Amino acid sequence: MSVVQLVALVVVAVGAWATVAAREPVRQTVVVSLYGLTLGILFFTFQAPDVALSNIVIGAVALPTMILLAIAKTKH
Amino acid sequence: MEDPPRRPGELSFRGRVRLFLGGAAVLGALLLWGLAGLPDYRSFTPLYGQLVNKDAISERSTTAVVTAVNFDYRGFDTLGEEFILFAAVLVLALLLRRLADERRGPLADSPRRVHTTSALVRLTALGLVGPTVLLAVYITAHGHLTPGGGFQGGVIAATALLLVFLGSDYEHVQRLRPKPLVETAKAGGALAFVLIGLAGLIVSGAFLENFLPLGHPGDLVSAGTIPLLSLAVGIEVSGGFVLLLSDFLTQLLVLHRKPDR
Repeated sequence: MSVVQLVALVVVAVGAWATVAAREPVRQTVVVSLYGLTLGILFFTFQAPDVALSNIVIGAVALPTMILLAIAKTKH
Repeated sequence: MEDPPRRPGELSFRGRVRLFLGGAAVLGALLLWGLAGLPDYRSFTPLYGQLVNKDAISERSTTAVVTAVNFDYRGFDTLGEEFILFAAVLVLALLLRRLADERRGPLADSPRRVHTTSALVRLTALGLVGPTVLLAVYITAHGHLTPGGGFQGGVIAATALLLVFLGSDYEHVQRLRPKPLVETAKAGGALAFVLIGLAGLIVSGAFLENFLPLGHPGDLVSAGTIPLLSLAVGIEVSGGFVLLLSDFLTQLLVLHRKPDR
């Protein structure tokens, strides 16, 4: 396993922990977006660029947007 | 920890912890058992992957083997996935529709108007709309040459709409996405996938058979039906996500519950 892959794995683990540790929903949404991005980078380092692309768009943009809109609607 | 008052038959806090620890131990043991049986890193070379890697370029004239699997060898699976997404968007649109006790309200008291976006954010967002659309077209059109394809490109295209919302306001988003066109794109993309599959059945005798000339590997027009199917998925996915986002925004900004009588 290369250094880049190891670093990516550690970053994803930290990101997953940070997502759980952030208790405030709006903050958590921002963290989960960053987590989606790091997960995409992890997939990329393991030679799965197709999955990486999907995850970056879905995990870092689409999913947080839906959560944010849902939070905004319930608070409104 | 003080136990909250509980109903008869309800577990105490300590009981819940014990139940969790028991379940977690069993799950953990099973997981460890399964992980212990995994092949070592990079030592697993399944036959299917070897065969596809060896034959996809010569058989299908595509340089992106993953796309060849998605839209050709296992195109039928992609058809299923496409209709899962189709059904999911349909159900969400149904959930987000205007209910009987909701009315279309004025935009004036919406949160967007209260917190104005800074000029810098607006400028950056609007400046990124063009490049985002271009990237979406590129990723979709080159799915059979480089990593990517219709799904990835379609979602990227839909995020361009988010940038428009970030850079301007709800009215501009609505003007940019004529609902009949978006709905037609969503349904038409799904239909096109099936029609291309049926064309394969008629011309070559098998559903989703690659019946078009394959061309030269690496050319933009090559790989037969693969780029067409990818394009169909791209149109459906972008239509679906645009519909989703704009329905969410409408539900958030325009629809208000009628005051209780």
